[in-house]
Amino acid sequence: MMAAEKKIGIISCSGEGCVEGTISRIATRLVLEKLRPKDTVTICLPLFLAGGKEERKFARDYPTITVDGCNKMCAKIATERYSGKPASSIIVTNFNDSQCPQLISRRKLNDEALNVTRKVADRIVEEVDDVLRHWV
Amino acid sequence: MKTEVSPQKKVIIIPCSGIGKAFGSISRDATYEVTENLRKDSTQTLCLALLVSGDQESLQLVRNNKCITVDGCPLQCAEKNIKIAGGDLASSFRVVDVYKENRHLKPRTITFLDPDGQQMALVLAEKIGKKVDGLLRNQ
Repeated sequence: MMAAEKKIGIISCSGEGCVEGTISRIATRLVLEKLRPKDTVTICLPLFLAGGKEERKFARDYPTITVDGCNKMCAKIATERYSGKPASSIIVTNFNDSQCPQLISRRKLNDEALNVTRKVADRIVEEVDDVLRHWV
Repeated sequence: MKTEVSPQKKVIIIPCSGIGKAFGSISRDATYEVTENLRKDSTQTLCLALLVSGDQESLQLVRNNKCITVDGCPLQCAEKNIKIAGGDLASSFRVVDVYKENRHLKPRTITFLDPDGQQMALVLAEKIGKKVDGLLRNQ
């Protein structure tokens, strides 16, 4: 049963090892802060994985969108394992055709990475709006 | 995402990367300052979520190298998860401790750190760098 209040959980991978992890994180934050602040919340993935009960309950009761940096899909797999199938799953490497380029700083995104970040954020927004449209 | 394993022993720096508060962003930023700048030849980081998911390569990395955790909140997910993984935990840092020593800094933003947040990350990174030096001297 869906909860009454319409909130969608955006679960980003932490992805410290690759620039795509930073992109997934910043795209998620952009949606939370600027693009859909009233409709979305986020969950700390390491806390979720470590057994955070409130986080897992939220992800069971509310629709979620996972945002993973790479095809290991830690966020999607963890959400499916501990709470349920996400409404949608996004993988950053599908947007930039790269796999963990170590030459790009993971700390300060360059213009190319920021461009990918905006595309990922826009895609998250599309998925959020779609979930809201079909919310029963 | 590939966990890069160096043949040479390195100190592994693991931030919590908490996404809901500025202190989580500071933990991540300080980690990158150490691994990409201050001690880039002797340190590296890894994906905490991948480690917690049971990735064997990540597990071997934290078990075979000294680890330093950097946590943004009292739940200390990074430290707890390194212990659960059987990692060689050498030291733990908490952003809140740096905040207590630098109360003039008031970090407010999360997505992109404001100047106070960036400054706090630099202070924390210096501390981590010194700890790395100590660990390497004792190896």
